[in-house]
Amino acid sequence: MKTQYQRAWLFVTPVLLLVAFNALIPMMTVVNYSVQETFGDNLFFWQGLDWFEQVLRSERFHNALGRQFLFTFLILIIEVPLGVAIALAMPRKGFWVPVCLVTMALPMLIPWNVVGAMWNIFTLPDIGLLGYLMNHTLGIPYDMTQDPVAAWVTIIVMDVWHWTSLVVLLAYAGLVSIPYAYYQAAEIDAASNWAVFRYIQLPKMKTVLTIAILLRFMDSFNIYTEPFVLTGGGPGNSTTLLSIDLVKIALGQFDLGPAAAMSLIYFAITLLASWLFYTLMTKNDNKS
Amino acid sequence: MRLKSLLPAAYILFLMLPIYWLVAMSFKTTNEILAGFSLFPQTWTLANYIEIFTDPTWYWGYINSIIYVTLNTVISVTVSLPAAYAFSRYTFVGDKHLFFWLLTNRMAPAAVFALPFFQLYSAVGLFDTHVAVALAHCLFNVPLAVWILEGFMSGVPKELDETAYVDGYSFPRFFVTIFLPAIKSGVGVAAFFCFMFSWVELLLAKTLTAVEAKPIAAVMTRTASSAGYELGLLAAAGTLTIIPGAIVIYFVRNYIAKGFALGRV
Amino acid sequence: MAQIKLSGLRHSYRPDPQGEADYALKKIDLTWEDGGAYALLGPSGCGKSTLLNIISGLLVPSEGKILFNDQDVTSLAPAKRNIAQVFQFPVIYDTMTVYDNLAFPLRNRGRDEDVVERRVTAIAEMLEVTEMLKTRASNLSPDNKQKISMGRGLVREDVNVVMFDEPLTVIDPHLKWKLRSKLKELHQRVRATMIYVTHDQTEALTFADQVVVMQDGEVVQIGTPVELFERPAHTFVGHFIGSPGMNVLPCEMKDGAAFFGGERVVLEGPAEVGGAAEIGIRPEFVSLSSNGTGIAARVRKVADIGRHKVVEAIVHDTRVHAILEGEAPNAGDAVRLDFKPSQTRLYKDGWLTSRPGEGTR
Repeated sequence: MKTQYQRAWLFVTPVLLLVAFNALIPMMTVVNYSVQETFGDNLFFWQGLDWFEQVLRSERFHNALGRQFLFTFLILIIEVPLGVAIALAMPRKGFWVPVCLVTMALPMLIPWNVVGAMWNIFTLPDIGLLGYLMNHTLGIPYDMTQDPVAAWVTIIVMDVWHWTSLVVLLAYAGLVSIPYAYYQAAEIDAASNWAVFRYIQLPKMKTVLTIAILLRFMDSFNIYTEPFVLTGGGPGNSTTLLSIDLVKIALGQFDLGPAAAMSLIYFAITLLASWLFYTLMTKNDNKS
Repeated sequence: MRLKSLLPAAYILFLMLPIYWLVAMSFKTTNEILAGFSLFPQTWTLANYIEIFTDPTWYWGYINSIIYVTLNTVISVTVSLPAAYAFSRYTFVGDKHLFFWLLTNRMAPAAVFALPFFQLYSAVGLFDTHVAVALAHCLFNVPLAVWILEGFMSGVPKELDETAYVDGYSFPRFFVTIFLPAIKSGVGVAAFFCFMFSWVELLLAKTLTAVEAKPIAAVMTRTASSAGYELGLLAAAGTLTIIPGAIVIYFVRNYIAKGFALGRV
Repeated sequence: MAQIKLSGLRHSYRPDPQGEADYALKKIDLTWEDGGAYALLGPSGCGKSTLLNIISGLLVPSEGKILFNDQDVTSLAPAKRNIAQVFQFPVIYDTMTVYDNLAFPLRNRGRDEDVVERRVTAIAEMLEVTEMLKTRASNLSPDNKQKISMGRGLVREDVNVVMFDEPLTVIDPHLKWKLRSKLKELHQRVRATMIYVTHDQTEALTFADQVVVMQDGEVVQIGTPVELFERPAHTFVGHFIGSPGMNVLPCEMKDGAAFFGGERVVLEGPAEVGGAAEIGIRPEFVSLSSNGTGIAARVRKVADIGRHKVVEAIVHDTRVHAILEGEAPNAGDAVRLDFKPSQTRLYKDGWLTSRPGEGTR
């Protein structure tokens, strides 16, 4: 049992100060902007909740939010089953295990703009490997700077390339922690492969999968650099996700008020959705 | 069995293709790239790499990145150790709320913080320094490090602490000579993830720097936008950014699965 | 139900075993009679789990055959052998209810739901878990989880053999004896062949009618608990069973008679002579002589363990245990030890060589 010890606050003070400096002060700035109007020269006028109303009513925000949800939904529905399938098919011991782990983790350690640049080079219509294969070998017209569908497919495939390994590694860690006796018992009980997956492997992976889904949700919802470098939000606005739109408004147009209001709404949605996910996925544990 | 290993093999192939293309591009001459498609470099050239290693803007980009990433890893792990210890061993007023609040910062979109960070760090005179980026990355790395370390520390029985106190160890001496060695794999995992997330982040790093501390990733975006045809150079720079990650991952390969197994990332 | 015969069984975990040392199991010929309660006893690493996994089909032996009722099943998959196994750690399907857990092996084999219900109800009653049938299995205590794993083994009416691999390891000590007697009771009710693997002699001796003792991949002795106690076929069995174990005392052989501590020791009967000879006598059959005869010894320690006292005495440099009832000497006393002739055995190179009969004079 843990001891009650109020002086433990001293232990957490450095963390508290550091994170508060980074989180609270900027957050206050954002809140400050979100309720004021400025015309430069540090002149501010009280604006109340007008910016929030404007953002929430604007079609541009609705569209960006819609695209964001679509993007997150698509990558979750691809990456989670694919990651689990790969983890199931991976060897449990031997020489190939570290090889798999290292090569699979590699994409996650590449700077995000390099990921974008790499995919840009990879998909260039005439000189990229993928672009050339599609256009010249397979004869499928493919140019993501012109075609919104191609752009969407490309950012989805890029995210699958970049982040499926996270699901693989988590699911794999869950799988290797299952004692061998479970498989032996299932074999004796004449359980089918599907039953082994459904009643042994899936339940044992539940915790790590919850974390995987949560992380993939949060990170894909906050994604900025990779699609920005790859498509710049285009063609048109077709791949302008929430973060890209936010940066466009804040740093491109310097509309601080609406940008700040949008930031807060954005953050609130992320928090709310993460919380919902978490509650939904863990609610079975508390029942019984 | 053979059929089963096809899926991981195909997946790894899929992962390697874009990387191969990047590396192949980096050894091609600009002429060859612009002339059209070739699967292998026809005339191998090191010109792109030579340019990077002779141009201070380029190689200082690398040095800058490595400086702030290292700085951030050290700061994050150091401040997180006592905090994680407190969370794993004691209860105190508001501990749960504090822990949850820390984690919410992991969820904050970097884009939300870009502009306020620029203003904040300019105001305190840290703009365009390595420290600024290192501190800013603490926003998401400290909560992560606390989370990982807390998991590892909770796995160490409390009796270890008590035995040490009975043996007359002072707290700092116990912490450094007994407790830290007991959770060293946890420190390794935490440091790995701090390194990783600081190394791959660009938006904040770019916003907080101009010249002096400009990260390699930001140098690359300049090249990408100003001279679209310098693809070989861009590819070479990109290839070089993969190397530190590959080295780090090789050293911690046995700990990664363990860190993940704790269910904490 | 079936008689299980192991013939010429050998197993090595290496692909190309070189010598005897590479084998985890060395040459085993063994028959398990139908309906028997067996224990497989031995220290960790002696090969008993390997043997168990070969019988259940989780492992295919390097050499030899396994016959169920004279039918060769050596290469048959576990599910086809109609066997059940209970593991060291309770294996339960977390997300299912207790009922579904018990029904799982039957449903996988496509039994009708009414058969399933009848069997599950009967087994639940036998195990006294009827009131838990509707709860989620993950919420049970470890001993109840282990009961459910046993139940899954017993739920099929026609199992050839039920095997238990150290099933009480994770159970609290005060619940161990309860589960153990439950098992014994179950065996009497279902009459299936049961093999109980353990390194704990108490568990083995209380559960089994026949105990198979293993060491270093070899079967050392098969016998009833009484036989193992009274006539260990090997000094290892003597050491391993009993508390404290049998006294194994190096002796000198002169003219066909055994000498220990300078005194001649009367054996149970004729024995083959030659090789390294040792006398084996259980502490229960060592007494203090009151008439001045016997082997001179000095008492080193006396432990009072309730009903009787364990005396540790030293003869020259050799330690001899004696279990005494009533009065015992004090540490430091000089005593003389008497060995009960009918229980004094002679071992040659570790193996029993004396036969009961007229004692050698």
